[in-house]
Order: sequence, then C-alpha cells, then structure tokens
Amino acid sequence: MSGNKEKNGNQKQEAYQATRGTLGKVLRYIRRYWFFVALSILCAAVTVALTLYVPILTGDAIDYIIDKGLVDFDPVLSIVKKIVVVVLLTAVSQWLMNVSNNRIAYHVIHDIRREAFHKIEILPLKYIDGHSYGEVVSRVIADVDQFSDGLLMGFTQLFTGVITILGTLLFMISLNGKITLVVVLVTPVSLFVAAFIAKKTYSMFKLQSETRGEQTALIDEMIGNQKVVQAFGQEDEVLERFDEINGRLEKCSLKAIFFSSTTNPATRFVNSLVYTGVGLTGAISAISGGITVGQLSCFLSYANQYTKPFNEISGVVTELQNALACAARIFELIEEEPQIPESQNAVVLKDVDGTVALKDVYFSYTPKQKLIRDFNLSVKPGQRVAIVGPTGCGKTTVINLLMRFYDVNSGSIKVSGTDIREATRASLRTSFGMVLQETWLAAGTIRENLTMGKPDASEEEIVAAAKAAHAHSFIKRLPQGYDTVIGEEGGSLSQGQKQLLCIARVMLCLPPMLILDEATSSIDTRTELKIQNAFAKMMEGRTSFIVAHRLSTIQTADIILVMKDGNIIEQGNHETLLAKGGFYSNLYNSQFAQ
Amino acid sequence: MKKLLSFLKDYKKESILAPLFKMLEALFELFVPLVMKKIIDVGIANGDRSYIVRMCLLMVALGVIGLICSLTAQFFAAKAAVGCSTKLRHALFAHIQGLTYSEIDDLGTSTMITRMTSDINQVQSGVNMVLRLFMRSPFIVFGAMIMAFTIDVKAALIFVVTIPVLSVIVFGIMMITMPLFKKVQKGLDRVLGKTRENLTGVRVIRAFAKEEEEIAEFGEENTALTKLQMRVGRISALTNPLTYIVVNLSIAALIWVGALRVDAGIITQGAVIALVNYMSQILVELVKLANLIVTITKALACAGRIEKVFGIKPGMTYGDVAGYEKKKAALREGGAGIVPKGEQEKTAKEPGRMANGSEGSRGMEDVSPVYAVEFKNVGLTYRGAGAESLSGLNFKVKPGETVGIIGGTGSGKTSLINLIPRYYDATEGEVLVDGINVKDYPMEALRDKVGMVMQKAVLFKGTIRQNLQWGRKDATDEEMFEALEIAQAKEFVDTKDGKLSAPITQGGKNLSGGQKQRLTIARALVRKPEILVLDDSASALDYATDAKLRRALREMREKLTVFIVSQRAASIMHADQIVVLDDGHVAGIGRHEELLANCDVYQEIYYSQFKKEEGKEA
Repeated sequence: MSGNKEKNGNQKQEAYQATRGTLGKVLRYIRRYWFFVALSILCAAVTVALTLYVPILTGDAIDYIIDKGLVDFDPVLSIVKKIVVVVLLTAVSQWLMNVSNNRIAYHVIHDIRREAFHKIEILPLKYIDGHSYGEVVSRVIADVDQFSDGLLMGFTQLFTGVITILGTLLFMISLNGKITLVVVLVTPVSLFVAAFIAKKTYSMFKLQSETRGEQTALIDEMIGNQKVVQAFGQEDEVLERFDEINGRLEKCSLKAIFFSSTTNPATRFVNSLVYTGVGLTGAISAISGGITVGQLSCFLSYANQYTKPFNEISGVVTELQNALACAARIFELIEEEPQIPESQNAVVLKDVDGTVALKDVYFSYTPKQKLIRDFNLSVKPGQRVAIVGPTGCGKTTVINLLMRFYDVNSGSIKVSGTDIREATRASLRTSFGMVLQETWLAAGTIRENLTMGKPDASEEEIVAAAKAAHAHSFIKRLPQGYDTVIGEEGGSLSQGQKQLLCIARVMLCLPPMLILDEATSSIDTRTELKIQNAFAKMMEGRTSFIVAHRLSTIQTADIILVMKDGNIIEQGNHETLLAKGGFYSNLYNSQFAQ
Repeated sequence: MKKLLSFLKDYKKESILAPLFKMLEALFELFVPLVMKKIIDVGIANGDRSYIVRMCLLMVALGVIGLICSLTAQFFAAKAAVGCSTKLRHALFAHIQGLTYSEIDDLGTSTMITRMTSDINQVQSGVNMVLRLFMRSPFIVFGAMIMAFTIDVKAALIFVVTIPVLSVIVFGIMMITMPLFKKVQKGLDRVLGKTRENLTGVRVIRAFAKEEEEIAEFGEENTALTKLQMRVGRISALTNPLTYIVVNLSIAALIWVGALRVDAGIITQGAVIALVNYMSQILVELVKLANLIVTITKALACAGRIEKVFGIKPGMTYGDVAGYEKKKAALREGGAGIVPKGEQEKTAKEPGRMANGSEGSRGMEDVSPVYAVEFKNVGLTYRGAGAESLSGLNFKVKPGETVGIIGGTGSGKTSLINLIPRYYDATEGEVLVDGINVKDYPMEALRDKVGMVMQKAVLFKGTIRQNLQWGRKDATDEEMFEALEIAQAKEFVDTKDGKLSAPITQGGKNLSGGQKQRLTIARALVRKPEILVLDDSASALDYATDAKLRRALREMREKLTVFIVSQRAASIMHADQIVVLDDGHVAGIGRHEELLANCDVYQEIYYSQFKKEEGKEA
C-alpha cells in the first residue's frame, strides 16, 4: 500500500514538473508580448481597484442621504461626479485589458501554430509515416484552439479574479475587520461544495464520454459506409442499434449534466449565506455605531463581488489545466527532432546527368528489423531500373532512399557524383519526377496542380502535357475545365483520373530522372497502353526507377532489382536473372507464365 | 430553427417548467434587496436586533427556497436538453440514412459525422443554457425594474431608460459578432485543411520542394485567422465596459434622484440602497449573459449546420406498393412481351423468388415474360457535373443472362450499374426492371430484387454470420454456407476459429482483400436476389478463383441475371452479352467473338491484356 502511495506521489511529482515545464514554455512564448502582459496586469489592477472604489463612493453618498431634509447635496453631487469619472476610467481600462488579453492569446497561438506547421514541413518522413494524420492535425488545430480558449480565459478571469479577491479583502479589512472575518470564514465553503460536486460527477462524465465514443464509432462505421447500408436495406436495423446506444447516452448524459449543473445553485446558495452573514453582523454593528449604513451597503456589494471570482476561479483552474495539457501535446510536436538540417555548404545539384550510384548501403526503418544490407548499384545515365517483387516487399523503400525521404544508415548514395547528403534536398528532389501509386492532389484548380513543378508553364505546355497523359479529354469535360477547383485530395475525381493528373504533372516539368511507383495501377489497361508511348518518350535519355508489375516494362529494363521482405535479393537484367534460376525466375514463371 | 424547436415540443412540460422555476428562483433573489431595505430602515433605524435576526432568517429561507427552485429548474432543463438532443440525433441519423447516393456524395462523410456528433452536442449545451439563463436574465432585468417601481416610480424611470440601452448594446454586439464568428470558423477550417494537406501530401510536396511556399501560404491563412479573431475579440471586448458604464451611470443617477427624493421625504435611505442593489443585480446578470453569448452563438451556428442537413430532401420518391402491384398486374394481363429464351430458367428460379417473399411477382412469368433489365435511351448527368457521364444507353437483358460490362477508367461502368438498383436516377430515358420503371418500385421491392457487390469491399464489425445476415436477416447457417460456397469463401471461413462466428474487426481489417471481396459476394447471395451485380468485385481474386466463382454462379440452381463489371477481358468474355463502354457511350454490344471482330474499343482492351501472353510465349 505504502509503495503504491509512493508511486502515486512520484507520479504526481512528475506530472507537476511536466506541468511546470509546459508552463515555462508557454511563458517563453508570452514573453514576446511582455508589453501587453504588463499593460494587461496594470489595467486589471486599475480596473479592480476602481471597480471596488465605486461601492465606497456609493456608500459615502448614501451616508449623506440620511432622511427627509437631512440630505447634504453638495458632497452627494461631488461624489456622483466622482462616480462618473471613475466609471469611465474603469470602462476604458477594462477595454484595454480585454484587448491586450486578446492580443496576447491570439498572437501566442498564432506563433505556436506557425511553429507547429513549420515543424511539420521539416519533420522526418519517419515521424509523419508513423503518426496518423488525424492525430497531428488535432494537435495543430483542436489542441491549439483549446489552449487559446484556456489562455484567454486564464488571463481575463484568473488575473481579475485573484486581484478582485485580494482587493476586496483589503478594502473590507480597512472598513471593518469583524465583518470581513465572517466573509472570509464562509466563502471557502462554496469552494468545497464545488470541489465535492466535481469529484462526484467525474465518473458520470466518464461514463458519458465512453458511451459517446461508442456511439461515434457506430456513426463512423455506418455513415461512412452509408451506401452499403442502403444497398442492403439495413437502415432499420442500424437505426435500432443506434437508438439503443442513444437511449443509454440519454440516461447517463442527463445524470452527468444535472449533477454538474448543481454546482452553480449550490455555490450561489452559499453566497447568499455570506450575504446574509454580512447583513446580520453589519446591521447589528450598525446599531452600535460600528459602521455606517453607507458602509454596510458598501460591504453588501463587496460580499457579492468577493464571492463571484471564487466560482469562476474553480472553473478557470480546470480550464487552465486542460489548456496546459493541450499545450504539452503541441510542444511535443514542436520539439520533435527535425530531419537533419542541411549543411551550410550544401551543393545545389545542377545539370544532373542521371548517374546514380549506391555504395554499401545499409538501411532499416527500425533497428530491430534489418532491411537493406550491403546494397550496391550503379546506374548509368538513361538506364531503366525496374524494381520487382511480391506485394509488400518494400519496393518503396528504395524510393524513400533515393528521394532522401529517409537517410541511409550507412554507405552512400551518389547522384551525378555528389553524395545526396551533401546536396540540398530541394535540388535533389526536383531532379526526380515522381508518380506514386497513391495519388495526391492539392486542393486548388487543376491548373495549379499541373504546374506544381513548373509554375511558369505556358498554356500550350500545360495542354500538351495533359494531352500526353490522356487527361485533356476528361479535364475539358469538367465544369470549368482547367480552372475547375478540385477539393481536398482530389475530391470527386476517380482514382484513375487522379493518377492521370499526377502523370501530366510530371510530364510538364520533365526532370532529368524519373521515379514511377506503380504509376498506372489505377488506370485501365487500354489507357495505360496509350500512355505507355508517352512514358517511353519521357524515359528516353532519363534515368528511371520503375516499380512495375508489367512484364513488358520489366523485360526491357537495363537493371532489375528483385526484392523480398524488404531486401534486395537479386540484381541483373532479365536474361541473367532467368538464367540464374533464382527467386526472379520463380516469380516470373508463377506470375506471368500460364 | 423551426425544425429544431419541434424537437423541444415533446419536452413542452420540461421546457416550460425549467424557465418557470428559474424565474421563481430569480423572484426570491429579487426579494433579497427588499428584505435588506427593511433591515436598514426598520432594524437599524429602531435598533431592533431581534427584527434583524428574523429578517436574516427570512433571507436564509429565501436562499433555501431559491436553491430548491434552482435545482428543479436545472433538472428540467437538463432533461429537456438531453431528451431533445437524443431525439434530434435519432432524427438526423434516420434522415441521413434516407438520403440517396447523390446527396451523400454532395455532403461527404466527414461532415455528416461531425454534424451527428459535435454539432449536436453544442446544440444540447445551447438548449440547456437557453432554458436556464435566457429566461432568467431578462426576468431579473425586468423584475428588478418592477421592484424598483414598487419602491419609487420616479426613480424607477431611470431603469426604464437603462434597460433598452443595455439590450441594444448586448444584442447589437451579438448581431455584429455572430457573422464574424462564422468567418473565424471558416478561417479555422482553412488552416485545418492546409495542415491536413501537408500531411497527406508530404511526399509530393517535398518531391517538388514546395516546403517554403507551403509555409508562406500557411502563414497567410494563419495571419488572416488571427486578424479575424482579433477583430471579433475587439468588438466582444466592448460588451463588459459598455454595460458597466451604463449601469454605473444609472447608479449615479439613482443616487442623485434618490438624494432628491429622500430629501423630499418620499423614500427612505434603505430604499436608495435597495435601488442601487437592483441596478447591480442587472449588471451581474448582463455579465453572465455576455459570457453566454459565445456559447449560444456557437450553438446557433451548429444548429444551422444541422438544419441544413435536414433541409436536404432525398432527391427521390419511391413508388407506392399499390401502384407497383397494379402495374405488375397490368403487365401480367396485357403485356405482350417478347418471349425470351431464358424463360425455362426463369421458371426454374421460381422457388428462390418465393423465398424472397415478394408475393405476386411470380404470376407474371406464366403470361407475359419481360426483360429482366432494360435500358431505354438512358443518360446520366451527376449533379454539378459539366457533362453527361452516360448517354444514349440502349440494351435489353433477358432473365438468367450474364452481362459483362467493360470499358476504360471513367467510362461509366459503375455509373451504369448503379442505375439498376436506382442508387442514382437516370437524368434521361428510363431503366426498367422486370418491365417496370425502377422509379415506380417501392424501395424495398427493388432492393430485394437486386444483390449488389460493390467495388470497395466493406464489412462491418461483428461476426461473419452477422455480416452475412445483412443480406437476409433470417438466413439459416445452411443457406449461408451455400452462399459462401458459391462465393468461393467457404474454404477460408472453414479455417477460421468459430467459422461463421469468427469475429470481423472494423472495416474487415483482419481479412485479406480477396477474402473480403468473397465475403461481400456471399453477403449479396444470401439475399437470394434475382439480379446480381458484381462491380469489379473480383479484382483481388486470382484468375483461377475468379473463374471458379463465375462457374459456380452459372451453375446455381436458381439462375440469376448477373452483371459483371470488370477491367479484365477474361472475366467477361464468356458472358451472354458484353456492353463495351467508352466515355459514357456504348461502343459495342454483343458476344465476345462479335465484338472482337467489329468493336475497336473492345479489341484494344482485349489485346492490351492478351498481348502479355504473346510476350510470354515469345
């Protein structure tokens, strides 16, 4: 038991330190806006002080308004004037405070978001491949958003809240110590009540979010496959299942929401007790002349103002904790190790002739699983390299290395005689034209997508490339032709059409080397045949790496790399490999013969 | 909004009681300053301690009653909000299920999921808040005014001026910021889109070395978003200072007027304090209201988004059962159709139809045989598309025939077969199934006739049995195994632990592509359809299994009309009829040999695939 406790303690300690660490980082971002922070704190202090001053003035005024014929108009008038001035000042400083808080919060998250995005652009592919998109996106969007809400709320409410509590206490003590004591003694009760309810409702909320998760999973599965549901007329059955969960959700939501909503009435009740306490002690001491009636009225309004921040702060603290947790998740992303930065004297590859040499290359994604071992390959300008092997054998690994999406563990890859680690990434990558199996198009017009590699392409060039890729005819049929906006990830285009666009994109910029990874997998055989000619023309004089399943491509390749389980097991041309009678000849015989 | 309010109707009692009790609570709160006034004017003025104590006890009592009222109100509000959102969720889910393919395409899955989940949750908290506070706040505001009138009419006139000014400020700012909040949301969507795009397209972006440009573009979106947020922030930041000014100036005015009235002996000192207290209460309520505006604004925006989904009416109406039966009867009696060759088989298929339970659909074979499927000059233009996806389709399919459909990418193969079970409506011409226009079928009747195996093999979380039961709820294990056998899936199902009870994970991730395809075929067969459509659904099968599957289908006891969509010439070359599509037009219809002789497109397709064999032999 005690060990357990210790462990808990340690965990708490760790969590505490992590929170402090995050807080420190947040403060570093905020530091840039120190001027506004100072302004905000100053304004908060001024606002609170002035806000608290008004009841005193009001109280004073009331003390001059005693009874019929006992009203001293001159001081009342001057007090009223004072109130007007104070109120205007308060409003101005309150507005300034709000605006500075907005500025701090929104600029801080602007900076954080910018940095997060910047990090995404330089993260190694390994990280991006290893994390789901949704997770990263939710860090950049949802977490940052939540953080900004928390930050803003923290600034506005926590600052003013704390200053208000302290200020009221100070003013109250200066007026009358005894009554202040009553207030101080009763208020914590409302905090206890709030904490008690929060603790009790925690499990109810947990059940609610679990049920909600269950329901979302069903919605996701069924709405995601709506067409199948309809095709089999399963609407009623699915709705029945949905309703069952929906019913459970209703029950537990009702519980959770009701019990958590008792916080406000409960604390309000405690507050009314405070108010009554002040009224009682105040009235009694007023009789004995301890305070004036005006002071009592002042106290009463303090009692109201003093208890309010307590309610808010308990809310703010949870909000802030939440915000910090979100911030921690964002910082995790921002602090992720970036890809190895380019050295100062990185070479810009120019006039690439197409020589590619891999020497003693070792590579694996994880240290545990060795993949490519002692791989040597020498490709002369204009040669065709075919990469073959069963599905999932890691053909794309070679592409990952050539494009330097991943770095070799040891050995070297040289393009045109330059080690690719000594060249700039941009110049290396733009030397390759790449068409992948998974087609990706940016949200934007067709034209924007085609000119990605060559922004200054002329209309004729664009159309020529599209025609060569046999994309022109379907582009023309789209509502706005080349200026049709395609949604995120190609939206309404078919897989095959998207692939044609990707091919046209490369045909337009025509870099010295090509990488074609199952570039025609989604295109029907007839169109493919037509494109082959364009491909053949494009490959002429260009070193090309082709992940292929078509026999004709493989047979005519200068070098065939045979891969299995992530390893290059054979290398040679069609004849030598067949003669060898190894894996390739087996593969060839099983797949292409009869 | 109307639609959403209708969901609250079922919670009329709660929706009325919640604000009512809230008002009661507020009412008791409003008495507090009056009691305080008594304490000052009577208790302190007369030095009556016991009176003060009694009054304080009264205040505690008011507090207790207020607490009870408030708790009751919270309960009813929660019940109404949760109940309403539960109903709303049910209705939305049912509505989405009733949408046709065209609308599903338009909306997109992810939007529908967010609307079902987070949007409804926002609405729920919005309803909850409105029931709790939107009634309470005005009540306190006006209540305070009325109480002021009971104290002194002249002083209370200050309230009459103050309250409209305050409402103009609060609602004015709300009106200005509401559209801005929507803009902020859109800006956020753009930032999200950019982020997502850079993750999904990381390889392409880096391959084209576009990182710097992407960062610059993101920077623009990000800055634009921040500017928008600042603008909204600046405007909303006005709420509190402005209300503060108005309320406190009114307090100043109250003091001055109070001073005059007290001097004239019309009201007491305590009354002035009470008036000031009422004004302060108004301020507190307004601050609460201002903080709530964001919640309400969000809820309203979400409600609007949900409303929009409800606004999408299914673009199809289905034939009613009576009309359908009448048409069938008419066909049976008067319809002098051509007697198809497949009549024999069709009669043989009789028991299958019986099992299907579509009464009356049987009689017609005796008298007037009709084509199983007929396309009459059919054209299809997708909503928002620039050109027709299908045009001028004419062909007839006899019962029991196998039809192959082949063509290039985007030539309209899937579009064509989607017209048979009426997933989309032909925009021109008509599609007839068993001699009746598909538009005249009740949905159930048509879907029962057609078994569909889609391109994407989708399975659901559960067991193999549960998945097959999608085909027909009351299918026996025997029937399932029969279907599995035809679909060439029995073999691998037999190797699974628990066989039919073997679990399938979400999306069928624990099965291979080929296994999934075969299960989806079996699922369609369990339904015992008259027409089976295979939309490129054997693409993950090797040639041998593909051939076995086709043979099994041919040899079925109850002969089906089968449509096979494929890219492989080998899969369709033995069909009774092959429809060759090219760019949405029919390029040729006929048997393999005929097409190979006269149809260019077919030749090209065929030789693009069978050249391989020449190469191999060389």
